[in-house]
Amino acid sequence: MSQHTISPEITFAPDHSSGTKQIWKTFWLLSLLTVIELGLGLAIYNIHKGEHPNATLVLAFKGMVCILTLAKAYYIVSVFMHLGSEVRNFIMTIVVPLALFIWFIIAFLWDGESWKNLRNTNGGSREYKKTEQHAAPAAVEQGAKD
Amino acid sequence: MSTAAIPAGTKWWNGGRSPFNTSYGKVMMWYFLMSDAFTFGAFLISYGTIRFSQNYWVDPNHVFNSFPFAGHTNLPLAFVSLMTFILIFSSVTMVLAVHEGHKMNRKAVEKYMLMTIIGGIAFLSCQAWEWTHLLTGQHEVLVNGHLEYWNTTVSHNPFGPEVMFNGREVATPGPIAFGSYFFEITGFHGFHVFSGVIINIVMYIKTKLGHFDQRGHYEMIEKAGLYWHFVDLVWVFVFLCFYLI
Repeated sequence: MSQHTISPEITFAPDHSSGTKQIWKTFWLLSLLTVIELGLGLAIYNIHKGEHPNATLVLAFKGMVCILTLAKAYYIVSVFMHLGSEVRNFIMTIVVPLALFIWFIIAFLWDGESWKNLRNTNGGSREYKKTEQHAAPAAVEQGAKD
Repeated sequence: MSTAAIPAGTKWWNGGRSPFNTSYGKVMMWYFLMSDAFTFGAFLISYGTIRFSQNYWVDPNHVFNSFPFAGHTNLPLAFVSLMTFILIFSSVTMVLAVHEGHKMNRKAVEKYMLMTIIGGIAFLSCQAWEWTHLLTGQHEVLVNGHLEYWNTTVSHNPFGPEVMFNGREVATPGPIAFGSYFFEITGFHGFHVFSGVIINIVMYIKTKLGHFDQRGHYEMIEKAGLYWHFVDLVWVFVFLCFYLI
């Protein structure tokens, strides 16, 4: 009972029996996850460099990177920020509102996708055709220099 | 209403006891960070929306492929991995400072806070280099039928789709939103890192002056630590959205 006398209302005392072992373990875990992410990132880079990039494979790799990122976020919040050792109801007041992100991400990315489809079909009035809105000079390529 | 016997002068949360067995300050720090998470989330999702609405987006491995003093060597992902590891490591020294704070070990808290501050400054320096590199680096781009040299700014993006021009491949202007979102989001994150470094310096000075020993606990280090870890947490997602995918 040397410390933790923040206020008599708080009876929780952090457990130090494991010393700094858990911190270092988490550090190595985070580093490992980052290295795997970088490996996947380089794989995506090399697929893009190839003649015919496999879109499904790229998407799968990107999905894996997203999952690894969520794992990293979990370890940072749970171990480094000690949220894992707080009272369960307190964890819920933080985590439950964040569930709003599920809707947030799906709804807005869907909106972006639909925006692209509308533009590529002139609001549905023509067949789907990609138009590069910024690539205006494409028409005057090949010896257009005067 | 039942009124339990509470000693006079007790004002814990004004309700008699802490509902979460945690101090008021720490709970409010968590709620602030949660709202900040929504701010960053909204930025990143808006970036995602614009990106999904475009037929063409910039390949990050093509934009971020340089390293200080490495000239024009093509090193995709190298510099940003360095930045990521700097931030992860400074997060570790921060959590070690919190750990030593629990044990009232002032000397060790000072040491780890100093290491965290150095890590933060190193990260900011890396970001300054990267911004400078983007803002000043000239890239050939085909605009209205003639070649120009553009920097990457909030209004110019020289990393558009490539077309054939005079027998070779030349980039055309890319989506303007790339620069705006990159500088907005990494800038907002960098500002968080900067304020985190300032907070950590204040905490370091207060530790050195023995304020926390007088107070009997190192809870302020914990609260500063929460903020610092949050900065690391956001970087994990910025790293994902701008550099990896």
